[in-house]
Amino acid sequence: MNHIARTFGFIALGAALTATSAMTPASAQEDTIKVGILHSLSGTMAISETTLKDAMLMLIEAQNEKGGLLGKKLEAVVVDPASDWPLFAEKARQLIEQDEVAAVFGCWTSVSRKSVLPVFSELNSILFYPVQYEGEESERNVFYTGAAPNQQAIPAVDYLMNEEGVERWVLEGTDYVYPRTTNKILEQYLLDKGVAAEDIIVNYTPFGFSDWQTEVARIKEFGSAGKKTAVVSTVNGDANVPFYKELANQGIKAEDIPVVAFSVGEEELAGIDTGPLVGHLAAWNYFQSVETEANASFIEEWHAFTGDEARVTNDPMEAHYIGFNMWIKAAEAAGTTDPDAVIAALPGIEVPNLTGGISKMLPNHHITKPVLIGEIQEDGQFEVVSETDDLVPGDAWSDFLPESKKLKSDWVDLKCGNYDTEAEKCIAETAMAEPATEAAKSN
Amino acid sequence: MNVIKRMTVTRSIAALFAVLAVLLSPSMATAQDSDVALRQAIAGLGAEKGYARLREAINVVAQTGDPRAARVLGALTEGDVYRRADDGAVVIVSGRGQQLTLHDPVTGEAIGTAPKSALDKVRVNNSVRRSVRAALGGLTLAAGDPDIRMTAARTLIATPDPDSLAAIEKAISDEEDDAVRDALENARAGAILFSGADPETRIAAIETIRNMGGQQALSLLARMPASPDQGVLQAAEDAAASVQKRLQYWGLGQNIWYGVSLGSVLLLAAIGLAITFGVMGVINMAHGEMVMLGAYTTFTVQEVMRTSFPGLLDWSLPIALPLAFLVAGSVGFALERGVIRFLYGRPLETLLATWGVSLVLQQSVRTLFGPSNREVSNPSFMSGAFQLGEISVTWNRLYIVVFALVVFAVLLYAINRTSLGLRMRAVTQNRRMAAAMGIRTPWVDALTFALGSGIAGIAGVALSQIDNVSPNLGQGYIIDSFMVVVFGGVGNLWGTLIAALSLGVANKFLEPFAGAVLGKILVLVFIILFIQRRPRGLFALKGRAVDA
Repeated sequence: MNHIARTFGFIALGAALTATSAMTPASAQEDTIKVGILHSLSGTMAISETTLKDAMLMLIEAQNEKGGLLGKKLEAVVVDPASDWPLFAEKARQLIEQDEVAAVFGCWTSVSRKSVLPVFSELNSILFYPVQYEGEESERNVFYTGAAPNQQAIPAVDYLMNEEGVERWVLEGTDYVYPRTTNKILEQYLLDKGVAAEDIIVNYTPFGFSDWQTEVARIKEFGSAGKKTAVVSTVNGDANVPFYKELANQGIKAEDIPVVAFSVGEEELAGIDTGPLVGHLAAWNYFQSVETEANASFIEEWHAFTGDEARVTNDPMEAHYIGFNMWIKAAEAAGTTDPDAVIAALPGIEVPNLTGGISKMLPNHHITKPVLIGEIQEDGQFEVVSETDDLVPGDAWSDFLPESKKLKSDWVDLKCGNYDTEAEKCIAETAMAEPATEAAKSN
Repeated sequence: MNVIKRMTVTRSIAALFAVLAVLLSPSMATAQDSDVALRQAIAGLGAEKGYARLREAINVVAQTGDPRAARVLGALTEGDVYRRADDGAVVIVSGRGQQLTLHDPVTGEAIGTAPKSALDKVRVNNSVRRSVRAALGGLTLAAGDPDIRMTAARTLIATPDPDSLAAIEKAISDEEDDAVRDALENARAGAILFSGADPETRIAAIETIRNMGGQQALSLLARMPASPDQGVLQAAEDAAASVQKRLQYWGLGQNIWYGVSLGSVLLLAAIGLAITFGVMGVINMAHGEMVMLGAYTTFTVQEVMRTSFPGLLDWSLPIALPLAFLVAGSVGFALERGVIRFLYGRPLETLLATWGVSLVLQQSVRTLFGPSNREVSNPSFMSGAFQLGEISVTWNRLYIVVFALVVFAVLLYAINRTSLGLRMRAVTQNRRMAAAMGIRTPWVDALTFALGSGIAGIAGVALSQIDNVSPNLGQGYIIDSFMVVVFGGVGNLWGTLIAALSLGVANKFLEPFAGAVLGKILVLVFIILFIQRRPRGLFALKGRAVDA
């Protein structure tokens, strides 16, 4: 019942906010600074994105209690792009032009991000993107607070190689841009590390795939060749539950063939009986189980805000926490929320993250983060089994792909997102608008 | 063809505890002198940081050979072993929250409580769990329960270690259970492969491994250290080839089984649609949502069971079945009375209207239950798998195959042998004639639609066992359902059965070669071509009924 009440509460809140934003008279606009929240509240992506909207509302509320920003209150403007990629671009335009928001926090799928890029560069606004993604991108108007491949995938593979002695690799992914790019990087990385080509298999399945029998049997067979085998999973969203169920049912234990996932967090585990999954791994930059004071108070605040002790926190929420605080700090440093001034002020800004370190915004618009490897526990939480010593700086262009090795992103000195260090010139400044044909959730 | 039920790790460790607890009590008094050694070894578990050191410490504990060590090692894999911060003593804890109960690591007796902050957890990862499992294998060979000895023997097969040969030999001579002895013989053969035994003994061991068969045999033969002896090498190669060949035949059987299992899921999803679309001709885009409603009914029933009647938890599925039928059926009834009956004969409008209804249903469920996945756990009789030769058959899939066939049979009976079925067929074949005979056709329409929707709800109960229970559940099945019904021939239940099974099997045979994505595309292309040749599907209805 609590849940229902809460959901209605949010709907009412959202409706009230959109209503006020639509009807706000010119005088009231002077008093608040508007912050856009562009997350799907309906459709396939609602499962992941609704939580991020709630997290943003909580952060904004907390900031207002602290006195707001530059002497003004913050006001959230929530829109629902309904998991519809072209609608993301429309809603982004509405937020920037109509509601005149100072910055937008939003998007989850790579395809939705690609769809809003042209809008943000055309109207010159700011987007904070909180989800781990495939890299190979750096835009002037976008700040990437999620992990780049070198902040998630590569350290996870290193862990398996060094700690577990893995020699054979199954790269299992959902068939779309994030897994394909990540697996391309990983495959090259593994080959560079001396893994034989026949010890790697790459396999893709469609979105929402639910019949994993053949794939799991194949993994089992591949893993019984005598060499220690691991699965690197970029399987996305809804397909994960049947995947893990099938692994458990066919008796694949983490001790024999561990699965390390890049898209499975606390939120996703909420839908699975985690008993048989104990020991499988995930690589993130944050886990709810991390024991720091900052995290404890964040979780407490989250439970108080949602009124539900069972709600979990996850990595993209922390990314929003970092991004939001960075934006506040940059706006305070610049003395204005004007996008050009804030974009110039952001690189170099440092704010504490929830895992006990200080994250810094880099000139390539990515941030520094620690990399944590966690094992799934019986209660659906992760226990950290490995942690990088220092924060890892996000790398926009992978060093393991020949075509992007030579590229460099630096918006401070070079003013360029894809500077060719060999030809010594900036390639292009166009935001890529790729056809939005993908069907469902991505990262 | 030995059918052995495979246990999950957690369950076997839990069982192990139960038996050990019984075993340990009498042995306690006699083992006083080895107490010191064991306690010293256990203290080592908490002494050093780092997984490599911990693994060494585990080996030290295991080498004491004391069966009581199994308690602390088992607790270690469960993450229940802590180190007391003030004196560094290793303890086993139980309970949750801030105040934990401490237990002695050797006897298991409660020795007081401590706040969580005064304890450091001894962290374990997969490599540590592997060490524990190997260590436990040696310690539990003498357990009283044959199931536990079997688990120990299997562990020994998986982790061959020449050092354990003596222990295995002893266990074989003591063993009374034939199945366990066979497993132990295999374990011995495996250990011999990895030892420096003379060629003849090794060739004999290779023969044993070859008879054992399966992936594990291949793995052992591949990992076996290279031998300078030509005869051993040859024997190993021959054995690997013969095991491989056997596996290929089993692979074929495995594909068929997977295909049938996928087919049964398709059948379940499509069978309700075979009524609403196949018999009534309504293009019902909200069909998937009826499946979803069934799955959410299961979730609700399970929650109620969990909170109010924990004893009946395993019965929640049978209880959910009629409820899911009623819930989905009444929604279907309302949908027919409220929307569809105004749109008969206008397929395009029906399509759009039902699609709209599907969105409404999805969003309502999202608002009521939240957007995230809901957990529907498998009842114990549907978890795990058993081994049929080289095929591991998962129980939940087997139950779903049986269930799908039962639902099909019941539906077939309802349509062909009951009075509602008779009226249903009469109305769909010649509506005006049926009306003239005194049948209330609008009423029959509503009931037929409710029946189709109810069957979809029942399918949802089954699908909740293998798929996500989320508001999007239905979307994943709607395309496949239409595909099955159209391919099988509209209006023909047998066609639906054949179509579902053949599409499932075709899909599973394509998957290993073409991959899941391409496999699905190939199946779709095939159906498009097939429909070009036979627009009415596999089993077309013939005669005047078609045009009615």
